[in-house]
Amino acid sequence: MNENERNLRYNAYVESKMPKTKPWPSLFHAFWVGGLICCVGELIKDLCLYIFPYMSTQEASNWALIALIIIAAFLTAIGIFDRIGAYAGAGTIVPITGFSNSIASPALEFKREGLVFGLMAKMFIIAGPVIVTGVVASVIVGLVYLFI
Amino acid sequence: MLNRLGNQTLVFKNKPRVVGSYSVVGPKEGKGNFGKFFHKVLEDDLFGEKSYEAAESKMLKLAITEAISDARINKDEVDALFAGDLMNQIISSSFAAKTLGVPYFGLFGACSTMAESLIMGACHVDGGFARYVACATGSHFSSAEKQFRYPLELGTQRPPSSQWTVTGMGCTILGNTNTGICVESATIGKVVDWGVSDVNNMGAAMCPAATDTLKAHFYDTGKTPDDYDLILTGDLGKLGSEILLDLMEYNGFKIGNNYSDCGQMMYNNTQKTFMGGSGCGCGASILNSYVYSRMRKGELKNVLFVATGALMSTTSSQQGNSIPSIAHAVSFSLGGKERNV
Repeated sequence: MNENERNLRYNAYVESKMPKTKPWPSLFHAFWVGGLICCVGELIKDLCLYIFPYMSTQEASNWALIALIIIAAFLTAIGIFDRIGAYAGAGTIVPITGFSNSIASPALEFKREGLVFGLMAKMFIIAGPVIVTGVVASVIVGLVYLFI
Repeated sequence: MLNRLGNQTLVFKNKPRVVGSYSVVGPKEGKGNFGKFFHKVLEDDLFGEKSYEAAESKMLKLAITEAISDARINKDEVDALFAGDLMNQIISSSFAAKTLGVPYFGLFGACSTMAESLIMGACHVDGGFARYVACATGSHFSSAEKQFRYPLELGTQRPPSSQWTVTGMGCTILGNTNTGICVESATIGKVVDWGVSDVNNMGAAMCPAATDTLKAHFYDTGKTPDDYDLILTGDLGKLGSEILLDLMEYNGFKIGNNYSDCGQMMYNNTQKTFMGGSGCGCGASILNSYVYSRMRKGELKNVLFVATGALMSTTSSQQGNSIPSIAHAVSFSLGGKERNV
């Protein structure tokens, strides 16, 4: 048996023994926590509209997003968000709370390496790829939109 | 005459002995299965320091100084310190050695460092190059997460095949005395890579290395797995232990109930560590507390300690390389033969 064949066989054997994530419980956790976060967002939006009757719906949505970002960053700072994230998975990552957490957590982690090369430089190590993808995608969509 | 057997095994004719040991672990490990055996359990894993890296270094220094007191010797009698850890450029060990003022060798064998340091230390004592040597290693969950994975507060899910880096340190003092646990022989491992590249499944990556070293040990010494009361691997975890037993059986060595893995045993089922513990500190803390204390009581007479290490870095993994691994085996026995004078 040559080396490649041995490695392939071993990897296939390991794969067969590996514990798998159970999809249904994970989906359920993600669904109800993610849904709850969206409901909280809607609630904040409705409260804004109720308190400030002349506010536009768009502006109220913006305030709801800002509130969710602050809540997620606060929960990250007091060490609760990672536990919710470990339970809910995509339920907390997909809403804007996940984005907030992905910036706040490296900022906390690397603040000991100093303000500039620690906190500021490392803040986007996780959110960075998302921002790059978003910018590139919006440029492509913009170009397509220009020519159609 | 060479003090060797076969291709990879060293025989220590002058019987270096374990004269002192110490282990210190974090709070989570204290709540695990071995809580009552560790010498010290910290209440806070920051240990009064400003960073986890500093805490790791302080814990390692504590383990070394307390092991020296346990051996009832003076710091000046320690002729060499062999230490290593998981941090880049092994800063935890070197920073601990800085304040100790003992001649120092920095080692890197990833999670196999406990066995590596014991082998190097035993060679020094056996060859008459040192009266006493300190062999130490350890790891810290929070500093390892920061270096190898994600920030602590990031809300991600760990895959079910992952392991939890142990916050723990262990130090053994070896010396040339007449009684106690002796280091009989040791088998130096080769770097083995069977193409596993999943960094969340280190146990499977390290199993071929452990199998290679165990096979070499049994061929070289002529012993069988049944000659040992305990064959203890460092941090293969639950999945890794199963794979190791399968691989050994495939190679014609049936290992029975005398096999255990430190990673598998470290935490209890409620602690959500999936496949168990990993890291240098996993084997080091259990060897220096539970194993030695049971050997001293005479409950275990022959123990084979096989520490396994995954020799990858975040750079090598991101560049698509698989995980090369190593395992070193150290054979301890109680009593043993009389020393050659």
